[in-house]
Amino acid sequence: MKTDKDPIGRRNFLKCMAWAGTGVVWTMNAGLLSSSALGSGAKRKGSFTFAQISDSHIGFNKDPNHEVTKTFQEAVDKINALEERPAFVIHTGDISHLSRPEEFDTAAQILKGARTGQIYFVPGEHDVFTDDGKLYLERFGRGTQGHGWQSFDYEGVHFIGLINVLNLKQGSGTGLGGTGFGQLGQDQLAWLERDVKGLSSSTPIVVFAHIPLWTIYPDWGWGTDDSAQALSYLKGFGSVTVLNGHIHQVMKKVEGNVTFHTAFSTAYPQPAPGTAPAPGPIKDVPAERLRSLLGVTDVDVTRNGNPLAVVDLALQ
Amino acid sequence: MLIKLKLSFFLVAILGVVGSFVLGHGARTGAQPATTNANEIVIQNFAFQPASLTVKVGTKVTWVNRDDDPHTATANDKKFSSKTLDTGDQFSMEFSQPGTYKYYCALHPRMTGEVIVK
Repeated sequence: MKTDKDPIGRRNFLKCMAWAGTGVVWTMNAGLLSSSALGSGAKRKGSFTFAQISDSHIGFNKDPNHEVTKTFQEAVDKINALEERPAFVIHTGDISHLSRPEEFDTAAQILKGARTGQIYFVPGEHDVFTDDGKLYLERFGRGTQGHGWQSFDYEGVHFIGLINVLNLKQGSGTGLGGTGFGQLGQDQLAWLERDVKGLSSSTPIVVFAHIPLWTIYPDWGWGTDDSAQALSYLKGFGSVTVLNGHIHQVMKKVEGNVTFHTAFSTAYPQPAPGTAPAPGPIKDVPAERLRSLLGVTDVDVTRNGNPLAVVDLALQ
Repeated sequence: MLIKLKLSFFLVAILGVVGSFVLGHGARTGAQPATTNANEIVIQNFAFQPASLTVKVGTKVTWVNRDDDPHTATANDKKFSSKTLDTGDQFSMEFSQPGTYKYYCALHPRMTGEVIVK
């Protein structure tokens, strides 16, 4: 994929970044996205809200952020300051930087202070790569199935947490022209197919997973090898929202019945696809700008299931 | 220790000479950067450099992480793996059997490399 032909080019990325400082309300209606700035007076009416938090990378201690614990705490504070208390919080992975017990401890401790009903997790590759996810599952995988995947219902909305960071094999994903993609695996796909089989097509579906379930940038492995198969099971549903992390920046796409969304990190921003030699942290962020590139996501769900308003809140 | 301290000055002098020879020899060997670098794989910008390294049987190969992101050097068949290499960390491994050893980074599986042992 050529950078200059990428639909998510630098210009769009910068546009997103410009908006990020204030926060934007996204509303999907009849397949179209519309946006309005936060605080513009538009009252959001919904039956409940939930928050997404991602890529806390507790343990990271380099430029541009030597205080990831502090910025993670600020993200939780941001959630606690929401006008409407979120029904629950979803953490979309890379809780830790190096899967170390003390990193998991710190994250869990901070999340205890979140004013919400429950916290759901899916792991990022940073949480599972040293022991195939054993420690992660012990600490954050209670009540899940298989290797940590899960589904639950809340006020008529069906939520599905998928894991696409296990058994990452060199050479996977060749079918998409790139290797090193995330992968769901046949066991999980079979479970997913069964999980959604009995649901009415009017049930709103929210899928969350760490690595994006759409191909954002093959050169950096930003996609999931077998996501098309997973999405094929969700084709018949009227409203599907996919929430991901991993790329440390906000991106959105609508494709048919599916709205894709990636979240801010609470730790450090990563470059837009192809704008740097490698997807490592953007190191030269001025300290006073850092918090405009970090944040949390607030999702407003209306009772009739449509639309879902996805709001990205920068820390600053 | 006490006995050694009571040894004659002559013996101590001889030991000193031998010792300095050994140290000097060691220092000379260690000071040959070509030898060290030839068997070193640098991890930078999410890539193993060189991506393909050919060495003789019995060579110790060292990976050094110069990225800000953590990486690993993990055999495709999982027969060897470094621990997590944070910035500046290194991992060494001696290859005692000929063959082609393909490896990747367990965190960023697009990063691949091979060591060819002849």
